[in-house]
Order: sequence, then C-alpha cells, then structure tokens
Amino acid sequence: MTTTVLDKSIGSRVGIRPRAVTVGIAAAVGTAVISVFTLGTGEYPIAPADVVRTLLGQGTTAQDFIVNELRLPRLITAIVVGMCLAAGGAVFQSLVRNPLGSPDVLGITNGASTAALTVVILGGSSTQLSLAAVAGGLAAALLIQVIGGKHGLHGYRFILCGIGLAAILNGISGYLLTRGIQMENARAMLWLTGSLDGRDWQQAGPLLIVLAVTLPILLLACGPGLRILEMGDDAASALGVPVKVLRTGALFTAALLVSCAAAAAGPVAFVALIAPHLAKRLTRAPGPNLVPSLATGALLLVGADWLAQHAGDSALPVGVVTGAVGGAYLVWLLTTERKAGRI
Amino acid sequence: MVKRVPARLAGLLVALLVLAAVVVLSIGFGARFLSPGEVWAGLWDPASPFYRIVHEMRLPRTLLGLMVGMALGLSGAIMQALTRNPLADPGLLGINAGAAAGVASAAVFLGVGTFYGYIWFALGGAAVVTALVYAVGGGRTATPARLALAGAALNATLYSYVSATLLSDSQAIEKVRFWTAGSLASADFATATRLLPFFAAGLLVALAVARPLNALSLGDDAARALGARPAVIRIAVIVAVTLLCGGATAACGPIVFVGLLIPHLVRPITGPDLRWMLPYTAVLAPVLLLGADVLGRILGSPSELQVGTVTAVLGGPLFLYLVRVAR
Repeated sequence: MTTTVLDKSIGSRVGIRPRAVTVGIAAAVGTAVISVFTLGTGEYPIAPADVVRTLLGQGTTAQDFIVNELRLPRLITAIVVGMCLAAGGAVFQSLVRNPLGSPDVLGITNGASTAALTVVILGGSSTQLSLAAVAGGLAAALLIQVIGGKHGLHGYRFILCGIGLAAILNGISGYLLTRGIQMENARAMLWLTGSLDGRDWQQAGPLLIVLAVTLPILLLACGPGLRILEMGDDAASALGVPVKVLRTGALFTAALLVSCAAAAAGPVAFVALIAPHLAKRLTRAPGPNLVPSLATGALLLVGADWLAQHAGDSALPVGVVTGAVGGAYLVWLLTTERKAGRI
Repeated sequence: MVKRVPARLAGLLVALLVLAAVVVLSIGFGARFLSPGEVWAGLWDPASPFYRIVHEMRLPRTLLGLMVGMALGLSGAIMQALTRNPLADPGLLGINAGAAAGVASAAVFLGVGTFYGYIWFALGGAAVVTALVYAVGGGRTATPARLALAGAALNATLYSYVSATLLSDSQAIEKVRFWTAGSLASADFATATRLLPFFAAGLLVALAVARPLNALSLGDDAARALGARPAVIRIAVIVAVTLLCGGATAACGPIVFVGLLIPHLVRPITGPDLRWMLPYTAVLAPVLLLGADVLGRILGSPSELQVGTVTAVLGGPLFLYLVRVAR
C-alpha cells in the first residue's frame, strides 16, 4: 500500500502540470522581450531586430560593444539576482507555510545587510562586502534555526524569532549608519536600497555559479519533498520524507541564494516575497513552485530595472521600484489573503 | 483582590524610586560626571557651577526620555490590550516606521527640518499605519503571528520607502540619519516643551480607556452589557497610540521593543487589569529608556550609542527569549 502511495506521489512530482508550464514559459518569454528592449534602449538606441542579431554575434563592432560588453552584464545580473531571490523566497514561504514568510521579513536579508554595512563603514573592498553579506545571511539563518527551530520551522516561534532578529539587526544597521562619514553613508544607503548600477560579470559570474550548483539540489532534492512537507510533518515522515534533513538543507540553501543575491545587488526589496507568491497564484499548484517562481523572479527584476532606468528623468536604484511595487502588492495581498484565511 | 491593593501601591512606590534613581543617573552621566549632590545643586541652585550643564543639556534630554519612554510603554500596553495580542509593539507593528516615513517625506520633499514641522507628518504617518495594521492584521481576530507579520511587512515597505526618499538627497541623509537610529542626543527644551501637549493628550486618552478596555477584553457583547462602547474605545485607542507614538517618533526617531517588553514585565506583577498595568508601565518604561540611554553614553564614550540601538540590542534578545519560552 505504502509503495503505491509513494509511487503516486513520485508520479505527480515528475508529472508536469500544464498550467505551471504555461506560466513558466509566459514569464520567460516576457523576460526575453523586456531584455531585448532593455538592451536596445539607452543613450545609443538599437532596434530590437538588431539587438537579437548582435546577441547572435552578427552585429556591427559598435553594436557588439554596446550590447554585449556594456549592457548585457547588467541584464544578466538582474536576471540571476531575480532568480536567486525568487528561489530563496519560494523555499522560505513553503518552509514556514506562510505567504509572508519571506527572507526579507525573517531577518536573512537583514543579516546580509548588517554585515555588508559593517564592511562599508570600515571602508572595505567590494569583494569583502560580498563575502560579508553572504556570511551575514547564513549566520542569520543559523541563529533563527537555533533559537526558533525547536519545534520545526513552520511554527509561529520561527516566524517571530525571525521578526525579532530582523528588528535587532535593523537597530544595529541604524547605529552603523550614524558611524560613517557622509560619502560612505551615501554609498551605504545606495547599497541598502539595492541597485544594479555598474554591475558586470564580476557580480554575475559568481552568482551564476552559485545558482548552477544550488538549483539542481533545490529542484531535484528539495522541491518534491517540500511539497509533501506542506501537508504536515507527520504526513511527510509517513511518506518517507527525511523531514529534519530536508528542512535544514532547504533553509540553508535558500539563505545562501538570498544572501548571494544581496551580495551582488544589495537587498533588493520584496522580490523574494512577491515572485513566488505571484507564481503560486498563477499556477494554482501546491508546493514551492520553484520553476515558475524562478521565471517570475527574473521577469520582475528585469522589468523593475527597466522601469528604474527609463521611467523617470533620472535613473533610480532598482530597489526603489521593487519597494514601491512590492508595498502596494503587499497591502493588497494582506487584505485578500486575510479574507481567505491563509495568513 | 482588595487585599492586594496596598502591595501594589508599595510596588508602584518602589518603581517610582527606581525611576528617580535612573533620572538622577541620566542627569549625572556625561562628559563630566555629576554626583547626586551636584545634580541636586545643579537643579535648584542658579549659583551652582553645574546649573548650566544640568539645565541646558542633561535636563531636557532626561525629560524627553521620560516622555518618550512613557509614550512608547503606554502605547504598547494599550495596543496589546486592544488587539488581545501579547506581541503588539509600536516598533514591531510598523507604527514608528510610519511616522519615520512621514518625517522622511517632509525632510526630502518639503525641506522641513524642525521638530514642529516634523510632528504633523509623523502623526499623520503613525495614524495611517496604526489603522492599516489593525485593519490588515484582522482587528479583534488577529493572531499574534498574523499581526506581527503584517507589521513586519509594513515595516519593510516603509523602510525601503524611507531609504529610497533619502537617497535622492544626501543633505537629508545627514539630517535624518541620527534621527532614524533613534536618539535623544539632540534634545533641547524647545523639543521637550513642544512634545508635551501631544504627549499629555495621548496620556490622558490612554489612562481614560483603561477601564473600558478592561471591559472590552471580555468580548464586545460583554463590554456592551457593561456599558462600554466598543467602536468608540477602538477609535480612542488608535488616537492615543497615534499621539503617543507619532510624537515620540517625531522627537527622537523610531525606537523598538520598549512598548513590547515593559507590559510583559509588568503583567506578572499586576495581572491583566489595565488600571494597575498602565501606571506601572508609565513608571517602568522610562526606566528602561533612560537606562538604555545612560548605558549608551557609558558604552559609547567618548561619543555615545543611540538609545534606539541599545534598546534593540538589549530588548531583542529578551524578545527572542519570550518567544522561546512561550507555550
């Protein structure tokens, strides 16, 4: 009996949902379209057809330089950061079984920010800043796991510990901001908002490697297990899911992704919260919806960056746009989800 | 119950003595340490060499700390009673951040740079967020985690708004960055006296709702049977919280955990009766705030640590502890 149940669940995990595929493809296509426009707009506009031709290696030297050397690295960073944040957010929301339980709210991003801020104030290099951000995010995850994970991560205790930790770290960040001199503060503030200005392969490269390593783990090892885990610890263990190992592994993988994204572009607000939620709403499927989330995350960040660069008179940091969009979405989310009793 | 009254009065007296001691410490600590005798002389004797230090620097700061501490503690206590939720705190629920967003907008878009300019924006921001978090968190049916999540999410939104607005103007960053850390350092008599009317009004409303809030804790129907009007009480509480938190935040920036911890520490002594809880909170919350301020001056010397940082770093672990031992 047990085997057949397990087989069925394995069947459904391999079985592909048409709705999820449609959402994933639509988001990917949207990302591609906006990407072509982003690559084409700027001080030297290039027609979409030429952009595509240049990407395929058949543009003029000038076009090749502008598209492939100047604009592409930033775009790739945006896409990868969006994917990392969305994947991390999807895992977190699934782990704590709450659509608001994103790494922004639970202190992971704050851990990365506080550590990075320390480096900025001490005048460290950008490599040190990135390393500190990653270490800070992982340390925050460890702290929440140790303090709040006593009875499993889904519990309110875990959420509240995360919120408390975020508040403490905010206090420390506020203090650090008062320490620096004016120049450093402007840099720190810009970093804290999240920006893609001047990002190139130096940021995109390591991030791509992290994503390439962690994504198979998440998709193959964590995704199906997380979907079963959402039914409850007991049901999951009865179905043969190694609950504790899965949970710890998923928590730290997600924290790694989020803090690496923060290391590359700063703590871009709300992508980790919105992208998985949007994906889930569109696919209507249980579980973390990792693949559609990845596509939605990339779409969100690329779209937000396009808006940030070209909507106003002067370029804004991308975090401003995601913060504004995210805030509005959040209020709507809170009201509708509350009526549905999910939060 | 009646027998406990003398004990509680005695306890309140002890708390008042502790507060007096902290006030003396707060006036005494600084670049030049003043002994209690010197503090006393500085307070009352214009001929004393310490009269100027005490009156121009230490006293305004201490008075402001007293008011802000009371304001945060009381608003935490009545929020917790209204939402029937032990984790309500003006800092965690985003009310202080709402006030901060109002102030940042005023500083950047309108070039406002004085307390009197700030306070209306702070009150407006606080009012909007108080109503929003209460409505969004689910009013009476809010669970602790739902309310805390709604607050945390609003907090994140508002902070990203604040840093985004400040980014556009590096002058404003300079003006506001000390303020966003939560500090008493820039206190002067003008700030203290201007805060006073808002604080006094909020205090009166808060104390006035103690009795009806007690009735409301039995549920709306029971409260109505006892002669209370639930809708009016809720509005009164929101007004009081707005006045207290908005004023406190305008004066010295967002400060977390004071409104959460003090009612928690007081409740085991007084029980849930707000008529006792509120006076105790009003006395002990400034003890925490001024104590944190003094500690910040000691730890950070020759400069100082902002009181908001100290309360976050001290109060946070206590909060985590409370969460861990709960249930």
